[in-house]
Amino acid sequence: MNNNKDLLKKHLSNKDTSHLSAEVEKILTLNKREKVSEPTIFVGAGTCGLGAGAGKTLLAIKEYCKTNKWNVNIIETGCIGLCTAEPIVDIMLPGKSRVSFENITAEKVTDLLDSVRESKIPTKQVIGQFKSESSEAWKNIPSINDHSFFKKQKRVVLKNCGIIDPQRIEDYIASGGYGSLYKTLTNNKPIDVCKMIELSGLRGRGGGGFPTGRKWSLAQIQEGKEKYIICNADEGDPGAFMDRAVIEGDPHRLLEGMIVGGYAIGANYGYIYIRAEYPLAIERLIKAIKDAKEYGLLGKNILNTNFDFDIKIKKGAGAFVCGEETALIHSIEGKRGMPRPRPPYPSVSGLFNKPTVINNVETFSNVPAIISNGLDWFTAIGTEKSKGTKVFALSGKIAKTGLVEIPMGTTIREILFDIAGGIKNNKKFKAVQIGGPSGGCITEENLNIEIDYEPLIKAGAMMGSGGLVVMDEDTCMVDVAKFFMDFIQRESCGKCIPCREGTKRMLEILNSITSKPSTDDNRQALERFQGVTQLESLAKVIKETSLCGLGQTAPNPVLSTIRWFRHEYEEHIFERECRANICTDLRTFVIDATKCTGCTACTKKCPTMAIVGSKKNPHYIIEEKCIGCGTCATICNFNAISPK
Amino acid sequence: MSIHIKINGKPAEANKGEYLLDTIERQGIKIPTLCHIKGMFPSGACRMCLVELEGSGKLITSCSYPVEDGMSIFTHSPKVVEARKTIVELLLSNHPDDCLYCARNKNCELQNFADDFNIRLRKTKGNKNDYNLDIAGLSLERDPDKCVLCGRCIRICEETIGVTAIDFINRGSKTIVGTAFNKGLNTSSCVNCGQCLMVCPTGAITEKSHINQVIDAINNPELTVVVQYAPAISVSLAEEFNIKAGKDINGVMNAALRKVGFKKVFDTSFSADLTILEEASELVDRIVNKKPLPMFTSCCPAWVKYVEEFNPELLPNISTCKSPQQMMGSVIKNYYAKVEKLEPKKIYSVSIMPCTAKKFEAQREEMLTDGVADVDAVLTTRELGKLIKIFGIDIANLEPESTDSPLGARTTAGKIFGASGGVMEAALRTAHFMITGKELENNKFLELRGFKDIKEAKIKIGDLEVGIAVVNGLGNVKTILKQIAEGRKDLHFIEVMNCPGGCIAGGGQHIGATHESILARLKALYQIDDNETIRVSHQNPQIIELYKNFLEKPNGKVSHKYLHTTYAKRDVLK
Repeated sequence: MNNNKDLLKKHLSNKDTSHLSAEVEKILTLNKREKVSEPTIFVGAGTCGLGAGAGKTLLAIKEYCKTNKWNVNIIETGCIGLCTAEPIVDIMLPGKSRVSFENITAEKVTDLLDSVRESKIPTKQVIGQFKSESSEAWKNIPSINDHSFFKKQKRVVLKNCGIIDPQRIEDYIASGGYGSLYKTLTNNKPIDVCKMIELSGLRGRGGGGFPTGRKWSLAQIQEGKEKYIICNADEGDPGAFMDRAVIEGDPHRLLEGMIVGGYAIGANYGYIYIRAEYPLAIERLIKAIKDAKEYGLLGKNILNTNFDFDIKIKKGAGAFVCGEETALIHSIEGKRGMPRPRPPYPSVSGLFNKPTVINNVETFSNVPAIISNGLDWFTAIGTEKSKGTKVFALSGKIAKTGLVEIPMGTTIREILFDIAGGIKNNKKFKAVQIGGPSGGCITEENLNIEIDYEPLIKAGAMMGSGGLVVMDEDTCMVDVAKFFMDFIQRESCGKCIPCREGTKRMLEILNSITSKPSTDDNRQALERFQGVTQLESLAKVIKETSLCGLGQTAPNPVLSTIRWFRHEYEEHIFERECRANICTDLRTFVIDATKCTGCTACTKKCPTMAIVGSKKNPHYIIEEKCIGCGTCATICNFNAISPK
Repeated sequence: MSIHIKINGKPAEANKGEYLLDTIERQGIKIPTLCHIKGMFPSGACRMCLVELEGSGKLITSCSYPVEDGMSIFTHSPKVVEARKTIVELLLSNHPDDCLYCARNKNCELQNFADDFNIRLRKTKGNKNDYNLDIAGLSLERDPDKCVLCGRCIRICEETIGVTAIDFINRGSKTIVGTAFNKGLNTSSCVNCGQCLMVCPTGAITEKSHINQVIDAINNPELTVVVQYAPAISVSLAEEFNIKAGKDINGVMNAALRKVGFKKVFDTSFSADLTILEEASELVDRIVNKKPLPMFTSCCPAWVKYVEEFNPELLPNISTCKSPQQMMGSVIKNYYAKVEKLEPKKIYSVSIMPCTAKKFEAQREEMLTDGVADVDAVLTTRELGKLIKIFGIDIANLEPESTDSPLGARTTAGKIFGASGGVMEAALRTAHFMITGKELENNKFLELRGFKDIKEAKIKIGDLEVGIAVVNGLGNVKTILKQIAEGRKDLHFIEVMNCPGGCIAGGGQHIGATHESILARLKALYQIDDNETIRVSHQNPQIIELYKNFLEKPNGKVSHKYLHTTYAKRDVLK
């Protein structure tokens, strides 16, 4: 093994990687696993996989192999992105290509392995096979690339996720990782690397879309020896889990991006600021950093190029605002995570008042691909203003939740309907929230918007870090606005007045719209109406005057829902109705006397004793007492209770 | 002036590197601010100083934005005014609205904004904060409901005082300013200096008022109520009555105090002279008998508490002398009582201090003599102003009066205690005499005066070269302590004052004073030193008499019983 490491190390310090020695070639092929000599089983064991039961599946597989004395190489991979299909198990038999199976919970393991061992592929469970030249394809099994979920994707950042073993640096190296690092460190001057990234058109994937290369150049030209590079992995948007998946599935890609970044700006230290709620990702990072050090890729004198670079992990305590760069810097410095005014920008004066570049996980993870594949390759992907791909996390009322990576310029309709299979349970699409609590919603008429920074802002939303929360007809848009406002007013750092006090007031106004007043007279209706006009004027001031991005974008969900769903607001205010029947205060339930059997189940559960009726006779709900909680409707076995 | 910008369409010149706010203010335009503290790194929290950038229409905070050549801004465009007004409305919507009952009524920045912006409508409504008061401290009280979270107190406490007793806690709309674990000031490392309340724009931090106790005592026929006032009071009190800063109204104040009902009016400058005799003797003793050096002054109760909390290993180096307030208290209850044949318990001793920490000091266990407190109540300069108003005294029409014997005479050495460096200067004047038997030819130490953070000097007294340092502002003490910890040996005597500038800028002084006002107070003190003839403490006739009649000799057995104390390590939440 040590011999292998030495050979790989030598290979990484080789300028000419096109001619490999036979020995190196052998090691790389072995770790590439395009062809295996013993049966190999891959289990998707990212956080989503584990949540779906991959841990038990893994145990079942080990147990099966032990009892059946089947000599198998079992590999844990990250998440391939198709979360609805987890636990995903891939099987590769010697000489044959790798096949991916969906929803392999522990109890399905025996049947699956029994049949695969007999070279029978249970087609119903197949997602697809990975075709390669070095192995023989299965007949009548579709290629995974033809699967609707993957067909329109362009996987750059996610290339290795769910494919390689994220815990083995050898896997990453075999997939081409760290391949161009030596060349970059020896052939290119730091400023040239900055220029190259600038020319590539890579823009910050954290949401702002600031040109990465320009940020690097700005820090590069600053004087002084002490500079820092920070990776922002404090993914806090509700519905966003891209960074977690990338780190869990391919941590070395991030490290390589950071090393290149460090070299480019002249930093010898890097921090990864990651939320403590991502224990698996942190574990993967710790292992990756340790391995990279052993391979001479981190630490002193990297690959004998005289370049020193080290990375520290800093765990964040889960404050959303710490995703804001100056708050994040304060947090690393050991201070309260509160933003400060800019300028000075971190590129000039950041961590410990030294020039600092902060990029998001996805941004750094794009760098190795740009370096190794070249500018032409990267600039060919995407739109005129935004190059490359973007990873999105799909959640909500969508058929296929998970992670997708698409070229910039793909329409939202393509993502939702072609890739993710449309709305769950054949419901009607209502809107999709993009950009989390800082973004806005995209409605049916805007679904053909191309994914790009500027068009999204025009439509009242924003790119954000990549969360897409899909909503169907059962979603109340006032409730959605309320949810995000509640999130923001809790997560505001409390420093600046408009954000702290303003968001609290906005939430209170939303609450008054959706709640039942003590007496419903005209004065209260008027106050509610005044509330909405105040919502808009408060929103304007909060946007214009808040200190940081959190506050400046905080009113977006409210503004965007008012813009597209004003009628829903008006229904809440004047008709006192919630069409989606979500706002419990505004709904009451009725019992269909023809269906009610008088079983009394509902009377026992009603928290306000609003249901009356004798046994075996139809029951009745007293409207004044009903608080609209819906407990009765859930408990009724005869579908006799429904909202009025 | 190398940068040209446009303010409201008019060209203006700016200095490179300065913030927009500075340039704008030079043009005679007032920009409202809440979180800004001049000279400190901009915080950008309150957003009141927003101005509109021409072109983009962006609102930027002028306090934190460096001037850029060619930029054009509007300071009062409709957008700017609307934004500022909304911010004030938001603050008001979460404010208790009890101005009439507030200690800061008529001297509140939020109240002023409400007036300046002509806010006449409760446009924004909603739930208001409802937090517990923090009243367990002995000097200061906090009302989080009145707090606008501007953060000035936090920054003063951290950056100027170096204590960090308070910080923001919780998040979002639940953010408050609080002590460690929000357990209250009494459990915190707070040194009670009150610099936080001096910068507080509202009534969220106030002193623990002793006014009512004092009035009760005055009205109690069984008590003899006597008063002492600190050296800095006579040059500061005028501002409470809108009189020009720096006017010394000592005589009028004596008259006013008698009118309020104090039986005797004593001057803490007298006990400052007494402190000098004790402290100078102690210094000589420490040098001669090789006791712990350097010796630190113990006049400032904030500094003493700081040492107990953060550097207890230095306690042997703290002078054992009680502070002038406590010496006077002790002398009143034990000497004056004897002279007047009064029972110490029947004397109610009040002190007027420019300081909030003195309230804490007066209630320390160490400050009891034979079970009786040296000082019973401590009023700040502000509270004295209130007291005078309560009693309807028109200070403009009072004839000056003098202080009472036997504790009323002072030298100017005692008087300059009110300024940073004053204790040191006064001590050197007497120490020189004690060691050499001769008066100094030039007894002005200009290098020890003024607002510099740390002032140092080497003074030749006889054959001895005495190394001295004056720490002006508690936050600066870390520098000296670090040097000492690293082995610096040339210092013999160090004065430490918590408040930058000394007691003239104390936490009990007029709120809203400018640096110019403080400078005027300082000048007034040194003017007194220039004008009068008895300028060394050991020449104070009443002091000489006191030793003859009661204390025997400085640093002796009797004076140790009444005038000296010790301190111990203090565990607080840091």
